[in-house]
Amino acid sequence: MTMRTEGEREEPDAGLAALIYDPKARGFLFQAILLLAVIGFFAWILDNTVSNLASQNKKSGFDFLDESSGFQILTTLGTFLMESTPGVATYFDIFWIGVINTLAVAIVGIITATIIGFTMGIFRLSSNIILRGFATVYVELLRNIPLLLQILFFYIVVLRLLPGKREEGVQVGLFGVDLGTIPINITGFYMPFPVPSEGFGTVILAFIGSIILAWCVAWLARKRQEATGQQFPSFWVGLLLIGGITMGTYYALGGPLGWEHPEFRNEGPILRRGYQSGVGSVIVPEFIALWLSLSLYTASFIAEIVRAGILAVPSGQTEASKALGMSNSANLRLVVIPQALRVIIPPLTSQYLNLTKNSSLAVAIAYPDIVSIFAGTALNQVGQEIEMIFMMMMVYLVISLVTSAFMNWFNDRMKLVER
Amino acid sequence: MKFRSALGAMSALGLVLSASAASADTLADVKAKGSVQCGVSQGLPGFSNKDDAGTWTGLDVDLCKGVAAAVFGDANAVKFTPLSAKERFTALSSGEVDILSRNTTWTMTRDTQLGLNFAGVNYYDGQGMMVPSSLGVTNALELDGASICTNTGTTTELNITDFFRTNNMSFELVAFEKADEVVAAYDAGRCDVYTTDKSGIAAQRLKLADPDAHTILPETISKEPLGPVVRQGDDTWFNVVRWTLNCMINAEEMGVSSANAAEMASSDNPGIKRLLGSEGTFGENLGVDNAWCANIIGQVGNYGESYEAHVGASTPLKLDRAGSVNALWTAGGLMYAPPIR
Repeated sequence: MTMRTEGEREEPDAGLAALIYDPKARGFLFQAILLLAVIGFFAWILDNTVSNLASQNKKSGFDFLDESSGFQILTTLGTFLMESTPGVATYFDIFWIGVINTLAVAIVGIITATIIGFTMGIFRLSSNIILRGFATVYVELLRNIPLLLQILFFYIVVLRLLPGKREEGVQVGLFGVDLGTIPINITGFYMPFPVPSEGFGTVILAFIGSIILAWCVAWLARKRQEATGQQFPSFWVGLLLIGGITMGTYYALGGPLGWEHPEFRNEGPILRRGYQSGVGSVIVPEFIALWLSLSLYTASFIAEIVRAGILAVPSGQTEASKALGMSNSANLRLVVIPQALRVIIPPLTSQYLNLTKNSSLAVAIAYPDIVSIFAGTALNQVGQEIEMIFMMMMVYLVISLVTSAFMNWFNDRMKLVER
Repeated sequence: MKFRSALGAMSALGLVLSASAASADTLADVKAKGSVQCGVSQGLPGFSNKDDAGTWTGLDVDLCKGVAAAVFGDANAVKFTPLSAKERFTALSSGEVDILSRNTTWTMTRDTQLGLNFAGVNYYDGQGMMVPSSLGVTNALELDGASICTNTGTTTELNITDFFRTNNMSFELVAFEKADEVVAAYDAGRCDVYTTDKSGIAAQRLKLADPDAHTILPETISKEPLGPVVRQGDDTWFNVVRWTLNCMINAEEMGVSSANAAEMASSDNPGIKRLLGSEGTFGENLGVDNAWCANIIGQVGNYGESYEAHVGASTPLKLDRAGSVNALWTAGGLMYAPPIR
């Protein structure tokens, strides 16, 4: 006969009860309930939306993209690339015109914001009190005023400063010497338009070939430096190679590139005076104002990021490089900046994304970006909010994800290599 | 972790979508809310504009007040939502506003594709063009090569494109979101032409630095019947808005105004009796109080009063009504309302 000793317990039943007390099984149960709830929620949303659209007798689907849009868009990179003709362009063309214009202002803006931002960031740390003071005022002024106000301000300032439509441009003179006219007035900045003739393809091939050659020279020079320690000015040699070979081919072929100059007319009916549309190329003031304000605003944030990055490099690093006999510029280029970049790049990525998304404020000043023409004019004609806003969100999502993928790749390359 | 934040974002989107699930019984919703939510412009003198005291006034505003007077017997039970041309239809179909009374043109696309219904026309307009007098242009066919400023999201963009294409002329279109920026850009000389509805030009011209240095061209290049809009599929509410407008027009035709509405209540004329609710159950059939039209006229006025007070010849807009399409049909115009019978 066995006696049960104290502390000994009955084994719990196998089966349902065991499952309830098993933390793992319980976890699964709750996750499954949550998942079902989430799926049910979305099914309800979808059903609700579809039935509401049906009850309001609204169309859905993406068929509208093939319909003709019937309105004209301001001459910009997008209308040029898509060869837009009013009345013929479909809503899908309108979509791409918007995407191209958004990308154009974002890319150009990112480049200038980076240049201004790095300059201002370095100025902020300068020992020269004027440079430092200027950079401080710049940063504190621009980053503390709402961007929309800055855009409107720049636009009105640009419009009010530029000469009128019937004037050829701004006269530039120095000490009484006439240096010519900058071809800019209130309708935009006019430039010649390149017209390539036969043989220009060869010049482009020569350009690409010279870049590859320059890259090979740089690679050989690096190998030699690693082996022997001897330095070689591969940057300047590369520049000389690219410039020399490209220009050499160009002139050898007799300059196979013509220029179509903008045409300025100063007689005839007043309305027809001024620069003639469709001749030469033009940058409209809307683009200039948006580009200026986006890059100046974003640069004020980049300046602070750059300052933080440089300050994050311990001063011992500079002292050590000085002790090794490095020059000031070599110290900055080879020691400080590579280490600072590790701190700078991640927040810099956010600024690039901000600039791209902020470009949607273009609608305030008539620059035809995607929000203005696709989610604005086109949406009002078609009225399919859900499809069109969805397409627009996807555009921004894709642009942002590509930007951050690139910056993450760049960040990986700049990481401290640990051995 | 990433998955979870994605879920968060998606459910937030879901909430936005579900909030747009507008109910189909607007009249009951409005009665429960205690006020009419009215979508108006962001400031168009004469039609919907805030005066110095911060109250909304204008022809379009009066229509919303009329609806409030019909439903609640109180013309002030109305709240205004200023909307840009671009936002207006989304705001209406999402249920953010109950009526859109915002100088909106009645077109077939809007009537059939956007899920909207136009309840009538409270102003017959047409698109016009304004140019600086210094250009020496006297008619629109001389405008080849002009740059033109206008608003985004309106029929004006389509009309002007059609007009220039039909006449084989080239042009450059600069389209802004807000009317104020269009005026500022035109005033600065960015464009040769400012185009919008003629009533709008008359209103915006007042904002220019020197209004007299600009000419309105004689051409009217489009038909722009402006009127109040409601969501499709809600006939009860549609009727309330439509008959508010009809009440105001009928009242003018019968000579009933805010000044004499009280005395007219004892009139022997059966038409006026039906209008003011002392005979028949017209208001009750509409789903509102029987004195609905008396309230509208007493508190807001008839159509003619509203017109003269906001856009007529004695206002800065100086849109003379006599002889225009906006006169009553008895005076040769197009303002005609079905009888209350």
